[in-house]
Amino acid sequence: MSEHEYVPKSKAGKWFNDRLPLLTLANHLTDYPTPKNLNYWWTFGGILTFCLITQIVTGLVLAMHYIAHADMAFGSVEHIMRDVNYGWLIRYIHANGASMFFLAVYIHIFRSLFYGSYKSPREIIWIIGIIIYLLMMAAAFLGYVLPWGQMSFWGATVITNLFSAIPFVGEGIVTWLWGGYSVDNPTLTRFFTLHYLIPFLILGLVVLHIWALHVPGNNNPIGIDIKKPSKDTVPFHPYIVIKDGFALLMFMIVFAFFVFYTPNILGHADNYIEANPLVTPAHIVPEWYLLPFYAILRSVPDKLLGVIAMLSAILILAALPWLDTSKIRSAVFRPLYKQFYWILVADVLILGYVGAMPAEGLYLLIARIATAYYFLHFLVVLPILGFKERTTPVPLSITEPILGGSSNLAAMKNKDSFKG
Amino acid sequence: MKKFSRILFLTILFIGFQFSSIAAEKVEYLKTDWSFKGPFGKFDRAALQRGYQVYQEVCSSCHSMKYLSYRNLVEKGGPEFSVEQAKAIAASFEVKDGPNADGEMFMRPGRLSDKFVMPYENEKAAQAANGGAYPPDMTVLVKARGGGVDYIYSLLQGYEDPPPVGVSLDDGVYYNKYMYGNKIKMSNQLSDGLVEYSDGTNASVEQMAKDVSTFLMWTAEPHLETRHRMGFKAIVYLIILTVLVYFSMKRIWSRVKTEV
Repeated sequence: MSEHEYVPKSKAGKWFNDRLPLLTLANHLTDYPTPKNLNYWWTFGGILTFCLITQIVTGLVLAMHYIAHADMAFGSVEHIMRDVNYGWLIRYIHANGASMFFLAVYIHIFRSLFYGSYKSPREIIWIIGIIIYLLMMAAAFLGYVLPWGQMSFWGATVITNLFSAIPFVGEGIVTWLWGGYSVDNPTLTRFFTLHYLIPFLILGLVVLHIWALHVPGNNNPIGIDIKKPSKDTVPFHPYIVIKDGFALLMFMIVFAFFVFYTPNILGHADNYIEANPLVTPAHIVPEWYLLPFYAILRSVPDKLLGVIAMLSAILILAALPWLDTSKIRSAVFRPLYKQFYWILVADVLILGYVGAMPAEGLYLLIARIATAYYFLHFLVVLPILGFKERTTPVPLSITEPILGGSSNLAAMKNKDSFKG
Repeated sequence: MKKFSRILFLTILFIGFQFSSIAAEKVEYLKTDWSFKGPFGKFDRAALQRGYQVYQEVCSSCHSMKYLSYRNLVEKGGPEFSVEQAKAIAASFEVKDGPNADGEMFMRPGRLSDKFVMPYENEKAAQAANGGAYPPDMTVLVKARGGGVDYIYSLLQGYEDPPPVGVSLDDGVYYNKYMYGNKIKMSNQLSDGLVEYSDGTNASVEQMAKDVSTFLMWTAEPHLETRHRMGFKAIVYLIILTVLVYFSMKRIWSRVKTEV
């Protein structure tokens, strides 16, 4: 993104760079002009990269000691917890790391929703992000099966059975997924293989995600296009590096608290009971981060339609850049959207809550209303809002609101171009 | 800041919901002060040794402890029996070994490296001996129950005989306040003075329940003390580093006319 071509100072550097421009890349990454008004909600990209690397590194070590066999998996996890040097630490980091990963990704996604980061010209970044999110859910689900506890086994049974809803070929697909006629050893070994594969797919997509980001550059809290580099930007290093580092450390304190003091609070007690195909747990619940989608699945009385609703709830996000018709990115200048945004946040939290409860009576009713509202938000509210909403004036640059350039604001008002 | 407080508010509301619903669903467990709770919590060595005695004399005739070895009894952070004591404990059990040079399986006294001897040959034998109910393995039992150690502690003291009016029980089923559905296939195991503690502690039901629950907490989380100690150091280190990085950040950003 630099204005002028980068040339390494040393001769050796120049020789190497002419053949493989790694130094140009490094220079681009350090100089990368970043809006200077990014707030702390923007630090979660870096935090997520940390989460991914942590999961891969701890996962590699766990894989060295874990045995993917229906008779030995549970015991090998206990072996890791007891006999492997600091095995308990590595496993607790990996298990809680998954939850931290999702916590961070939800903040990252909702930040994007608030500031309209998915809008033109950042649609591809957003869609790659949705694919990463889908893969994360797959990896988390597959990983949860590996300890071969009761929730692992029954979770795997419930989720794989969803495929049986597909007309005609459903049953066949389920048998094919299981590698047999029930969840058993072949299922476990293939889940382990896929759980090992997916993080590297995610890593590749993260590279594309960042690459795509570096083409238009970061969105920012006021959501306007900025000149780069300019008075409105700072170089990525050291400004953003240190700020991301500070936020990451704060995040790590929370992470450490979970790992060292309440390592099992986010898991389910039943997963410390070895898998038993003959005993079904009283309530089969997924991990907390999948609960909103679980609630959507269960709120539809028909199995196939339930699966379709659940998948649509995720895939609808990919269409978001076109569903949201407003030209203004940031919710800061969209008073109505801002309100609907917070209703959506509450709606997703409610879905998560009812997802953990038995699907009956009042809970089911709430789940249905919340599910309906979820789709209503994306399919009706957002498209209409873009045309009807009276937005407030948007400043011309980042420096302007800080310096208080009110004359520009007055000029903007007269233009009347932000009514929508 | 306004946004942040709103998120915080929603999160608290959400967590509050969760806890209130959990509280409404379950009975209150009996309370006692556990030495291992809290960021500096450690096991009470004497309680662990007594707890082992209760497990050995009362529970182990039905409940296995398959992920524990006799050597674990010596390890730091556990009951910390002396090596001689643990060797004697191990040697008091007969372990099946082999095959020997003649291809025969044979019995020998246990060693530190052996896993705890199982009370039954297999799960079916355990069920047959217990009216169809399988006595669960106890190694990670504390972590495998929603209420954790409080649940085990309460369950051991939760029997009511005769059961409350209107509750009819089949043969071999007992009433327990804390059991899921209140019906349990294990009879009341503890009675005052059931074991004779070698350290002279009065073996009341409450005392034995507490000791054996402590022991089970340790079998489930053998590295709990290391975890607590390391956690404190890690978090203090992170906080110091965070403060240093915060001031570096302020300094670096002071070159730019913007808030950070």
